[in-house]
Amino acid sequence: MNRWHLLQKKALWSLFTIAFVIVLNFFLFRVLPGDPARAGIKDPRLTPETIEALRTRFGLDKPVINCFKTINPLVLGACDVNPLETQFVIYVKNLFLGDLGVSYYYNRPVEDILKERLWNTILLIGLGQILAILIGMAYGIFAAWKARTVIDYGALITGLIAWSLPTFWLGIILLFWGSSHGFPISGKSTPGMSSYPLMMQIGDLAKHLFLPTVTYTIVYMAEYMLIMRSSLLDVLSEDYILTAKAKGLSVFQILKDHALKNGMLPLVTVIAINLGYTVGGVIQIESVFSWPGLGGALYEAVNRTDFPMLQGAFLLIAVSVVVANFIADLTYSYLDPRVQTG
Amino acid sequence: MTSEFILEVKGLKKYFQAGSSGWFSKNGKQVHAVDDIHLQLKHGEVIALVGESGCGKSTLALTLLGLEEATAGQILFNGQDVTHLADKEKKEMRRKIQMVFQDPYESLNPTQTIQEIVVEPLVVHGIGANETERLERTKKALEDSGLKPAETYLNRFPHQLSGGQRQRVVIASALALEPQLLVADEPVSMLDVSIRAEIINLLAELQKTRGISVIFITHDLGTVGFFADRVAVMYLGRIVEIGGMNDVLKNTKHPYSQALLSVIPVPNPRLRRKRIILQGETPNPVNLPSGCRFHPRCPIAEEKCKQQDPHLFNLNATHQAACLLLENYQ
Repeated sequence: MNRWHLLQKKALWSLFTIAFVIVLNFFLFRVLPGDPARAGIKDPRLTPETIEALRTRFGLDKPVINCFKTINPLVLGACDVNPLETQFVIYVKNLFLGDLGVSYYYNRPVEDILKERLWNTILLIGLGQILAILIGMAYGIFAAWKARTVIDYGALITGLIAWSLPTFWLGIILLFWGSSHGFPISGKSTPGMSSYPLMMQIGDLAKHLFLPTVTYTIVYMAEYMLIMRSSLLDVLSEDYILTAKAKGLSVFQILKDHALKNGMLPLVTVIAINLGYTVGGVIQIESVFSWPGLGGALYEAVNRTDFPMLQGAFLLIAVSVVVANFIADLTYSYLDPRVQTG
Repeated sequence: MTSEFILEVKGLKKYFQAGSSGWFSKNGKQVHAVDDIHLQLKHGEVIALVGESGCGKSTLALTLLGLEEATAGQILFNGQDVTHLADKEKKEMRRKIQMVFQDPYESLNPTQTIQEIVVEPLVVHGIGANETERLERTKKALEDSGLKPAETYLNRFPHQLSGGQRQRVVIASALALEPQLLVADEPVSMLDVSIRAEIINLLAELQKTRGISVIFITHDLGTVGFFADRVAVMYLGRIVEIGGMNDVLKNTKHPYSQALLSVIPVPNPRLRRKRIILQGETPNPVNLPSGCRFHPRCPIAEEKCKQQDPHLFNLNATHQAACLLLENYQ
């Protein structure tokens, strides 16, 4: 099997997974007890007419799927509805048009809100991941190279401590530290900044980014460092490293040409999976620093029982995990020739 | 500079720190992996190093290759002391001493193609004027190692080859550097029995055509008979008997060598020989037995074996053994 063939197969599986997630994601919110409209709109003073109007507004008056009259999936409804008029078909149709529905809370299209939030999250994660990967890898390589020396033990201990720190706790500690050192402690910009020159806006953004990024970097850097170190140590004990040494390669050449490419494999997997999950998974950091990202949006949506918002965010997270894994697979087949034929 | 011997080993010792010598415990225990080895190897000579697992054969090989730092003693290569060298001189020495390791599944980098594997040492040592010349050398080394035509192998990865083919690649990449001494550490023990003879024949043929000296390490006395000029039997880090092929295999003197030889399977099922089965385990190389280190397992040990540590002595001009009970021990 060649690389192209493998790529097609993986892509097909990814698409299949996403299709499955779409279906599951849709019904997950429909089988939850309670009327979504009721859950989202809690005001007891609403008249039945207003509620009915809201239900129509959010498309909840239509049957979920053919034969399912109400949101309760156990009660079979009339089967004479046009299948094209069911919530599921409409949802899927709208999905392909890029329409994720309307948020109960914001009363705005979900995709617009997610887009804003996603960029903020990507900014935070992107920066944090790049720093974590660079520092973690370099640190891990250095520790493995100096294995079983004081440097290595020092790296191991700091790594383990940093990795076991609860993210929110580290965030709060840094928040205390930052607030007394002139760092803004919440949000992504100082109110009124938009009227200032661009350079000042960027400086302001950098200041706001600093604390959450440092928190993120410390936690993930430690993970990458530990993985890099141990996988590199594994590789360094292989016979082909000894062979390379006996052939007269220098330590640097051995690391560069033989150890790194093989030692990178486990790290690539972990980075890819992390990237996928952290799109929605930096909830703790975003909550502590009130960063207006996707994780924060998710947290708020749960509190507000804003189902369309949750549904959209879940889908986005699922898609990013699938895409990240797809990319990891591709990287793998580039790094390890055995994958192509396997 | 030129010496009669390509390799001379004088009183070589390699001890390892035993157990956890971490921050908290600094115990003085040491594993005596290689303990006072004396060995001489002539140009173009093949010596087989035999012994059971854990007797220090592989450590000796690694120390000879400069991959482990010797604790004491001297290694002379072409009359030049190579025991402790600076990195630059070490690199030069490594070109001349090449090795073939035991496991061809482990000793090839899975991410490199066969071409990359064989070319790399040439690049590192700056052999060959340009790419084309190096490629020619690579092809020649592969074909000499029995991978014909070389073109069909160049772009393959190790996992696409069989164990025997992989070991041929290992041999090719060692030969590409045109070494003077080849250390083969159990080169056939991981291979199918049917392939073993092929690889040993290949080594024997290459040795003859190129006049390379070979140290052939094995735990299988059966494969020794093929192509070694001399045999050295090792027990617990020390050579207990050394001599010409016929001396050691036909006129075996040391009780340990006799035991080793007696358990070689014979192809004829009717032919029953008396086997000497050694009692007990190999003693721990941390706490060596007193006196002769073989006495706890020796079937003929006497009282004096517990007190006196025997040294190698000449049985004839080429045959030496270390046993107190041999009649003419001096």
